[in-house]
Amino acid sequence: MLVYLLRRLGQSLFVVVAMAVLVFIGVYAIGNPIDIMISADSDQAEMEAAIARLGLDKPMWEQFFIFVKNALQGDLGRSFVYSSDALGLILSKLPATLELAFLALLFAVFIGVPLGMIAGLRPHSVVGKSIMAGSILGFSLPNFWQGMMLILLFAVIFKVLPSGGRGDTVEVFGIAWSFLTLDGLSHMLLPAINLALFKTSLVIRLARAGTREAALQDYVKFARAKGLSPTRIVLVHIAKNIMIPVVTILGLELGSMIAFAVVTESVFAWPGMGKLLIDSIQLLDRPVVVAYLMLTVFMFIIINFAVDMLYCLLDPRVRLSQVRA
Amino acid sequence: MRKSTLLCAVSLAAALASPAAAQELTIGLSAEPSALDPHYHNLGPNNAMRRHLFESLILQDEKQRLHPGLATSWKPLDDTTWEFKLREGVKFHDGSPFTAKDVVYSVCRIPNVENSPSSFTVYTKGIADMEIKDPHTLIIKTGTPFPLLPVEVSAWGVISATANGVTGDIGFSPEGCTGTGDYPKTEAFNTGAAAIGTGLYKFKEYTRGEKIVFERNGDYWGDKADWATVTFRPITSDGPRVAALLAGDVDMIDKPPLQDLERIKAEGFQIAQGLSNRVIYLHMDQKEEPSPGITGTDKNPFLDVRVRKAVSMAINREAIVDRIMGGIAVPAGELLPPGMFGSSPDAEATPYDPDQAKQLLAEAGYPDGFGLTIGSPNDRYINDAQIAQAVAQMLTRIGITTQVDAVTASTFFKRRNQYEFSMYLAGWGSATGEMSSPLRALIATPDKAKGYGGTNRGRYSSPALDSMIDEALATVDDDKREAVLQEASKLAMSDFAILPLHFEVTPWAFRKGITYAPRTDQYTLALGVKPAS
Repeated sequence: MLVYLLRRLGQSLFVVVAMAVLVFIGVYAIGNPIDIMISADSDQAEMEAAIARLGLDKPMWEQFFIFVKNALQGDLGRSFVYSSDALGLILSKLPATLELAFLALLFAVFIGVPLGMIAGLRPHSVVGKSIMAGSILGFSLPNFWQGMMLILLFAVIFKVLPSGGRGDTVEVFGIAWSFLTLDGLSHMLLPAINLALFKTSLVIRLARAGTREAALQDYVKFARAKGLSPTRIVLVHIAKNIMIPVVTILGLELGSMIAFAVVTESVFAWPGMGKLLIDSIQLLDRPVVVAYLMLTVFMFIIINFAVDMLYCLLDPRVRLSQVRA
Repeated sequence: MRKSTLLCAVSLAAALASPAAAQELTIGLSAEPSALDPHYHNLGPNNAMRRHLFESLILQDEKQRLHPGLATSWKPLDDTTWEFKLREGVKFHDGSPFTAKDVVYSVCRIPNVENSPSSFTVYTKGIADMEIKDPHTLIIKTGTPFPLLPVEVSAWGVISATANGVTGDIGFSPEGCTGTGDYPKTEAFNTGAAAIGTGLYKFKEYTRGEKIVFERNGDYWGDKADWATVTFRPITSDGPRVAALLAGDVDMIDKPPLQDLERIKAEGFQIAQGLSNRVIYLHMDQKEEPSPGITGTDKNPFLDVRVRKAVSMAINREAIVDRIMGGIAVPAGELLPPGMFGSSPDAEATPYDPDQAKQLLAEAGYPDGFGLTIGSPNDRYINDAQIAQAVAQMLTRIGITTQVDAVTASTFFKRRNQYEFSMYLAGWGSATGEMSSPLRALIATPDKAKGYGGTNRGRYSSPALDSMIDEALATVDDDKREAVLQEASKLAMSDFAILPLHFEVTPWAFRKGITYAPRTDQYTLALGVKPAS
């Protein structure tokens, strides 16, 4: 067990190092931040001074060395544009992204599971078929276009919901949250739906497949023979058993919703991490982009590491085979 | 009687209701400033935003003409000495009075802003010495005759010395001032602690990426603000910004996409548009031989003025403006729009004449033309890549087989600055509002010591033009300087040193009930938004 754990830890470290090199080289190969950030009427002398201020006059290997040295001390660099700590800048945007991702997750579960179960119980009915057709739309319509249509419909034509931004926030533990105010919630609704549509479709399909399978199982037949009401059979016996794959998939999808809600956040001008990433890429704010990607790499490595550990605990076969290998 | 009473009551109610409703203004911005520190980042969005909080000695109006601001008058005492009379009775937002010391303090701080991505020192390094004659008279000395001093003074904001803990006198020196203590950090401006200026609006709230909120400065020295609070919301994507306007979430947006203007008008909103100081131009490699983007010949055809003229004649500027810009641009015959300092009223765009262009090419020894690649950004200027495409087709028509290499701005500028293009499309906005700006940056022979040719990536060089720019930049008398600049511009245009295509026209869109005076500097200022009377 310990050997396996150590080996996985070593592999994870290797991934972090490899990603650091790749990300750094990739990001630093693009463009020249000075051309974007400096005022056009600056003369050559000022341009050189600015390049020196940002440390861009040094050769790339030296810049990388400085980056690694600082990263080992937990400092992922300083934003070129905002002159503040890159990691702090990203983390300050985290709450906005988190609350949006969790609301979207709730939508996906509480809309996706019931619809999926209905479609699974009545696969040949009009309702069941419409749900499945709808889920195909949810899968295939581009996220960006969906967002614009939601804005057009609810904000421009009916004027019932705001078109974007974060609305009123309340500070709890020094962090601003939108979901605690009515105005904030109304601002969250459209982006959360936009973010949730794809996931909801995914959940519908999982729930439907699970329901169809579970409905034919012996324990359902037995429950029915025992004279339990159909409602109880569906809500308790079937629902419980189809949740395992749904939870597994959503857990993984939550990670990508947090890290890559770029499109939704841009369309709704939601000031989260995804919007920061895309803005930083456009402004060639290299330290922020690198810090963001490193943070993401780190997050996924931890998730994967945890999952591997869980498998190892749950399944003796994995444990044994790994030790022998 | 009864009817009129009712009418009276209704209009009274309306009169009471409308100012209350009109007290708040929300503006959707296409680009967000990187800080509220007025000396941190010399770039459009920051320069526009700081004008609400921090004022300059001299202000630029919507046509970039100079107007008294914190200084009521200014005049050169001799070629290198200027006297500024400062406004009396002006108070900073914290109540402390404004004096000459604050101006000196501001100039002292500018070179000392940590990690500034683009420093304001470009506007202060002409200052050799400052002397406080009395609290409201300031003497500024320059090393050499420096006519641009008033314009450059209008480019930076004045912060308070007292509010930042200065109690004694400040000794000025370009190498480093004395008696200033620690300068406030950029972060202190963003939190509002140091955001203390003399501007029409005061700091209220700033959440990066979300909103910037200002409130009315009740003690302002001039006309009172029209709005009790102003909120700026960065909405960087075009579609969502237009949607926010149509949904009524914001009162006004900048840079609505040209293709959406009709729709915005049809929905009952208004558009204001005005000529900007930005010229879109083509620059040609006039140094390398052979040139990297030219095929079919070992020579660099652009070294021959006949070829440059032929290219200019082959371009149908009217068609570009009509078809690609939707009529929202003006064909350019110079680098600065008519009416601005140093432009000539009679400057005409090169007339479209493909037949003569072909003839000129033949005379220059290229009867069958040559191959060319035009470099262009595809996300920097309005419809930039489409313009480059159109130019390519027009050049192909006279025999110069042209391809377009359009890439994203960050990549384009890097490649351009490494001289990878034989011809490229770019734009230039004149921050100073006078002809010396484009001439010095775009076509003066590159010279680091003089600050010439910083963006002359075609490496055009003409000693005659350089000496005229030298002369203009040393002539303090405005009339004489303008005449020299006009001559210099004519010389450059007759040599086809660079090919101006058109001046961008900047649109703004806003709801009914407000007006906006379009600005040549393309800034979006709440200061210029008025309730419609």
